[in-house]
Amino acid sequence: MSTVATDDHHDDHQESPYSIKRWLFTTNHKDIGTLYLWFSFIMFLIGGVMALVIRTELFEPGLQFVDPQFFNSMTTMHAIMMIFGVVMPAFTGLANWLIPMMVGATDMALPRMNNWSFWILPFAFAMMLSTLFMDGGGPAGGWTLYPPLVLQTGDALPFVILSMHFMGLSSIMGAINVIATILNMRAPGMTLMKMPLFVWTWLITAYLLIAVMPVLAGGITMLLTDKFFETSFFNAAGGGDPVMFQHIFWFFGHPEVYILILPSFGVVSSIIPTFARKPLFGYASMVYATGSIAFLSFIVWAHHMFTVGMPLAGELFFMFATMLIAVPTGVKVFNWVATMWRGAMTFETPMLFALGFIIMFSIGGFSGLMLALAPVDFQYHDTYFVVAHFHYVLVPGSIFAIIAAVYYWLPKWCGNMYNEGLGKAHFWLSTIFVNLTFFPMHFVGLAGMPRRIPDYALQFSDYNAMATYGAFGFGLSQLLFLYLVIKAIRGGEKATSQVWENAEGLEWTLPSPPPYHSFTTPPVIK
Amino acid sequence: MDKQTKNSKSVVTKLALVCVCMFGFGYVLIPLYDVFCDLTGLRFTQDSKQLVSQEIQEDTTRLVTVEFDVSMNQSMPWKVKPAISKLQVHPGRVYITNYIAKNTTQSAMIGQAVPSITPYVANRHLVKTECFCFENQPIEAGKEVEMALSFMINPKLPKDVKVVTLSYTFFDITQSAKINKLDSKESVLAFN
Repeated sequence: MSTVATDDHHDDHQESPYSIKRWLFTTNHKDIGTLYLWFSFIMFLIGGVMALVIRTELFEPGLQFVDPQFFNSMTTMHAIMMIFGVVMPAFTGLANWLIPMMVGATDMALPRMNNWSFWILPFAFAMMLSTLFMDGGGPAGGWTLYPPLVLQTGDALPFVILSMHFMGLSSIMGAINVIATILNMRAPGMTLMKMPLFVWTWLITAYLLIAVMPVLAGGITMLLTDKFFETSFFNAAGGGDPVMFQHIFWFFGHPEVYILILPSFGVVSSIIPTFARKPLFGYASMVYATGSIAFLSFIVWAHHMFTVGMPLAGELFFMFATMLIAVPTGVKVFNWVATMWRGAMTFETPMLFALGFIIMFSIGGFSGLMLALAPVDFQYHDTYFVVAHFHYVLVPGSIFAIIAAVYYWLPKWCGNMYNEGLGKAHFWLSTIFVNLTFFPMHFVGLAGMPRRIPDYALQFSDYNAMATYGAFGFGLSQLLFLYLVIKAIRGGEKATSQVWENAEGLEWTLPSPPPYHSFTTPPVIK
Repeated sequence: MDKQTKNSKSVVTKLALVCVCMFGFGYVLIPLYDVFCDLTGLRFTQDSKQLVSQEIQEDTTRLVTVEFDVSMNQSMPWKVKPAISKLQVHPGRVYITNYIAKNTTQSAMIGQAVPSITPYVANRHLVKTECFCFENQPIEAGKEVEMALSFMINPKLPKDVKVVTLSYTFFDITQSAKINKLDSKESVLAFN
């Protein structure tokens, strides 16, 4: 373990950050982590602009700004950008930066593959975005790509499918790298049950990725052959069944939503103990809860399709299995609360975002439980209630956790503190606007406003106008985040090694910023 | 090669193998769903041969309305209509009716009808002993044909079901039938 061979896979000298070659050919986990995070932020802005196109059109009832086809391709592209381009790369970026430092390794296990898995992404997303300029427009049948509708996409279809293959390939390679690093590169004494929870949650996420991304690849390949090679997987005329695609898609899709949230649990589990100045309550139960959530995610997929006409036994099974997930998730929330109980809490920006995460993610969890009830889901299905639900778990859930992680570890990464006052302002602006955007969607959804439709009935006008104000406010607040990050990178108050008073973990034993190769001699684990 | 690289290589090989298997698993899911439905008895439709061979008592005390419906898939230019749109039937007796299809184009075409039955619970109780949907239907240019359908409602149909709708969608499979040379046997399996 101590004789880590560094010479055969990367240069020891650090090239200037302004040289393009450094970023193109880098095999360093910190450089690649940085690339992932910046890529994710750029996609966040692009996907955000798409969201604002949607909200602009929905500001008033009637059709005013964009035509319905383009509106639908905006909802589709917004989802693909945000899921595959923002949340997944951001988590991979955090994994790259943090996992080697947290387990006491010099670098990721497979540095060359690491470089490759990042550099696939810009090409995949360039291809995806280019479909907006093709004959017939971009994909407009929803990110779930249900046939037969998606087969009516114009020239864009093969490009969409190929770029999703690339995204899948990239995340599979990233996942393999994470698993190899965690299993093989831990410092002596770093047993599995001593690993920080961020490492644990990522290990489980990586297994989920490996299990389900290939299933998605299979499903979309079937779409491709149905369209161009006369197969009939989903073509009713040839004996296929379009509902079969939904089964295959959601067999991928439900574990996918946990891929989008589990690393956030790890982030929050790192931040809460630091600012509550108490060790994490129930470490082992957190690990087992994460494992149970991952296991349950494989047996609940059909709750996304209660209305397709399932046998009653199927509806009941998927309903109860889904509600069972509330148990391990509840364990996590209670553990976080118990960690804070009688702690000496302070409320720095990362803590604020983590607290916001716990409260608002729980709101999203509760609306998820409502949707899990098969009998009432017939009312909620494909309404704005669903939109409100998954945006609550993804925006003040995953995105808030990613922002919290950036504030928490940014002083470690660049060696400078960010501006605390503006950071808090960023939190409050984001929280107010995110609720203004998504909370009213619960009401219009319950009242029956369907999703993915560019127009709506007059009685939904006020809530939709509120949501649009909120969306613009939230979008603009993120520019403050960009400013704060750039300012901290360029200079500011120097951070100590430990950065936060009570931060524990190997990454805090390194200087801020850490050396290019973290632990050239393995650390001693107490 | 040091120990660590060796370990990494074995992890990568194993995980890559898992990925390949999961890709295959996506394809296996398709027959797997069928097998699963057979094993658990969750299947909607019932094997008609099996049912016909059973002794079924006609229930003359009960009348169920069967509605016949038809629609064309987006690109299908045929004109199809049921000979009668509604029929009052006694469960347990076999009825015969027709659909009339006309190929309105200037070229020979092959169509395929795909049935759909509502309410869902009726799926396992409406038994088709003969149906034009069992096979693909070639029609010459401009010709009109009658297509036979014989069916029976199983007396086990729950008492609260008073109306059963049998709806067909016609697909134009002229292109794919030529490529795949679909023989009727395959179609029987697919649409039974």
